[in-house]
Amino acid sequence: MGKTLSILTKNFKNINVDTIDDYLAAGGYEGLRKVLSLTPAEVIEVIKASGLRGRGGAAFPTGKKWEQAARVKEDSYILCNADEGEPGTFKDRYFLEFDPYRIFEGMTIAAYTVGGREGFIYIREEYRRQREIVLKALEAARAAGFLGKNILGSDLSFDIKVVSGAGAFVCGETTALIQSMEGGSGRPKIKFQRTAVSGLFGRPTLANNVESYCVVPILFTKDAPVYLSQGTEKSKGSKVISLCGNVERPGVYEVPFGITLREIIYEIGGGIKNGREFKFAQIGGASGPIVSKSLLDLPYTYEDFGKKGYSLGTGAILVADDTNSVAEFMVTIQEFFVHESCGKCTPCREGNRQLLKLAHKIADKKATVEDFLTVKRIANVMNKCSFCGLGTAAPTAMVSAIQHFYDMYN
Amino acid sequence: MKTCTLSINNKKVTVEAGTTILEAAKLAGYYIPTLCNHPDQAIKANCRICVVEDKTAGKFVASCSAMVYEGADIHTNTKEVRELQIGILELILANHPNDCLNCIRNETCELRKLCERFHVRNYNLAHETDIYPIDNTSGVLVRDRNKCIKCMRCVEACQETQMVGILSPSQRSVNTNISAGFNENLDETLCTFCGQCSAVCPVGAIYENDETEKVWEALHDPKKHVIVQTAPAVRVGLGEEFGMPRGSKVTGKMVAALKMLGFDKVFDTDFAADLTIMEEGHELLSRIKNGGTLPMITSCSPGWINYAEGFYPELLDHLSTCKSPQQMFGAVAKTYYAKKAGIDPANIFTVSVMPCTAKKYESKRPEMNASGYRDVDVVLTTRELARLIKNAGIDFTNLEDEDFDSIMGASTGAAVIFGATGGVMEAALRTVYEVVTGKTLEKIDFDEVRGLEGIKEATVDLDGTPIKVAVAHGLANAHKVMEMIKNGQAKDYTFIEIMSCTGGCAGGGGQPVGANKSIKARRIDTIYNIDKEMPIRKSHENPEIKQLYEEYLGQPNGPLSHSLLHTHYHPRRHK
Repeated sequence: MGKTLSILTKNFKNINVDTIDDYLAAGGYEGLRKVLSLTPAEVIEVIKASGLRGRGGAAFPTGKKWEQAARVKEDSYILCNADEGEPGTFKDRYFLEFDPYRIFEGMTIAAYTVGGREGFIYIREEYRRQREIVLKALEAARAAGFLGKNILGSDLSFDIKVVSGAGAFVCGETTALIQSMEGGSGRPKIKFQRTAVSGLFGRPTLANNVESYCVVPILFTKDAPVYLSQGTEKSKGSKVISLCGNVERPGVYEVPFGITLREIIYEIGGGIKNGREFKFAQIGGASGPIVSKSLLDLPYTYEDFGKKGYSLGTGAILVADDTNSVAEFMVTIQEFFVHESCGKCTPCREGNRQLLKLAHKIADKKATVEDFLTVKRIANVMNKCSFCGLGTAAPTAMVSAIQHFYDMYN
Repeated sequence: MKTCTLSINNKKVTVEAGTTILEAAKLAGYYIPTLCNHPDQAIKANCRICVVEDKTAGKFVASCSAMVYEGADIHTNTKEVRELQIGILELILANHPNDCLNCIRNETCELRKLCERFHVRNYNLAHETDIYPIDNTSGVLVRDRNKCIKCMRCVEACQETQMVGILSPSQRSVNTNISAGFNENLDETLCTFCGQCSAVCPVGAIYENDETEKVWEALHDPKKHVIVQTAPAVRVGLGEEFGMPRGSKVTGKMVAALKMLGFDKVFDTDFAADLTIMEEGHELLSRIKNGGTLPMITSCSPGWINYAEGFYPELLDHLSTCKSPQQMFGAVAKTYYAKKAGIDPANIFTVSVMPCTAKKYESKRPEMNASGYRDVDVVLTTRELARLIKNAGIDFTNLEDEDFDSIMGASTGAAVIFGATGGVMEAALRTVYEVVTGKTLEKIDFDEVRGLEGIKEATVDLDGTPIKVAVAHGLANAHKVMEMIKNGQAKDYTFIEIMSCTGGCAGGGGQPVGANKSIKARRIDTIYNIDKEMPIRKSHENPEIKQLYEEYLGQPNGPLSHSLLHTHYHPRRHK
């Protein structure tokens, strides 16, 4: 377990979240105190220098996003995306459950930096228990003066509301999430302006993932140098991963960037369950690639994965042992996307339907060479033409599986 | 004007900033394929068939929603773009019934045209179509969701253009479909049957209930005396179905074709439009004189009537009690005409040709039988008349012009402008002015009420009494006007014209598909040109109308008029 870190996740299961006292005792809100002594521009510089990228999966540079939001003169809504819908991902759940005040602190820093008075945490409908915890924590933070008017004696007034989703996977996509919050159906919507300019209710909006907000306070505390010394030049700090599947010790772990999959699976995860052989892993959720043994030593960084054409996604790592069939797993993945496509655009709605049929054909060992070419052709259309990230990423698993397991399919 | 210069397929083109790549490509001479795109609607970017390669940005974009920028290097026909476009087309086809031979939209289907363009003949995707029941409960509009390609044009027409909000997307993924109300049949909802959904559908997923066979049956029945009336807007739309330029005037050819089809008499709804002006004008004067409900609102657009009955039942007193010209025609045909021609009205079969689907609904209203018979037996849309003519093998474009028959064929310029937004108002003003003032109207054209602006206003001086009038078209604009009335903000208006469809009947839901605002504007121009060329331009000067009152009806708004030409309204409820 020596490979894990305890900087961002140091409070997990260590503090009592019923009151704010433990969080404060553990150094909570020191980041905000420091931020309040800086100008917004200075805050953005610090975030930019940290190289922090969106931890929800899209990996957009957080500093750049905040800078765009700060440029907008009006107040922005500070939106926290806690829809955590990628299968195999449950790290945001830990923040919601074991360190909610950190989320509030990150959002409050955002409010100060980009200018905002109202924040929303959009929590997936399935996280009912976490929702209750967050609601209680919000009350505690409000009572202690960390939310509300003139926070910490400053001019900053900011409060947070909780909004529940209705269960659609696509609502993790920002425009769909906003539609859902506005009371519409959760479908992505065309935008001609950045969310920073026109988001929720057509107002300027800053939207970030739970973990992204949680990293921010660290950057303004004494832990910052330690945190930033982790990882690589291009992927600084740590990532919170959700390790699951056929490993001895599944769970949420904070790992330094640059660690290899082998280290994650065998050292942190305790190896394959019941002493079986590793067969494949899926990285970053259902939208992520399938990797075989040959990639076990690939460093877990944005840049190394990027070179392979992959992303780290949400931080999910799903491990499968040799009793699993890749082809059957593909059927499961495609069933998921056929269920979750919102149906708005042709490539995603019809493409996933076709891929599922082909996945069945492959699993039934009835696929021809032409069928594999068809998978690639449809995947190409989906990847290049889909309306939102759901559709562009949906064929990733199948395409990567074919790449790595072509022989096995044969 | 801020401009951008970009390159499309290596051809430099300079366009206004904020133009889409799709539009810029048109200027460069390239038609990028589209399906969900409609020039009168918001950008949806649902179908993705308009994908192009942006080599500057190194990505593929939907050209309908991607804006031009300085120096962009766009390619629309590269190997990969073609593969993607064909790929999307194949994905749509894999979920489409592909029974073009049996489809009402065969020739006018945008999907079929794209298949032809890309020469998609076979593909290796699994074919899986949806299985929904076909809804023809209304007998007006038929919904076949199995053919739907989920472009959402109908939804936008219903929700935004018309603000009726009956159609909406429901379910998701492969179950995505367009629901009427809460997954109800159309006749159970408050659908106004304006048919704008059918006019914008790129495929055969929603269309008029075709009643051409009923007409053939009547024409082939020796006992039946089959007469036909044609609405003002049909004559400026019908030619489009035969490949003639948009907005061509085909009045004479249309009459000739109808005679060749075997109609016993070919009459003009314009005659009845003049009659409507007589009745409605006098109703207005009577309301002004006797303190009746004002503002009075026109009642000739049945989509509008359905809307008012469904959404503003508390304001129905504002509606003129006049039947629409179509229904007035029918009532007069089976009484006055029957008598004059010596034909048993039981044997008269009235067909009307309308630019409108809601007219079908109107003709089926139980109360439309003042003569003891159905006022109108069958309503055909412009599209169905074209089908009838094609069916009979008539060489439409080469026909010699013929004239309408008497005694319900004479009309005026005032009548023909019923086909354009503002036309009923203008026609009414021409008559009301002269009736009230006893003077000859010098300036016949009321330009303030013409044009495609959503709500138009004018103040007319009636010999020292100014009256304020308004004109709205498209039900979203009707909604605005009705809200004003509801909130007491329209008290100074005397008379309001409301048409269900954008552009008025020229843009009706039964007109040839594929129209947009500029095409509607062309049809409207033709209508005003016809008006200008008419020897008589005021309804009360129509000799056949004068004759009708002298020989039969007596006075406008008299007792016989009331029983034959006026109606009543009742709230429509969601079933």
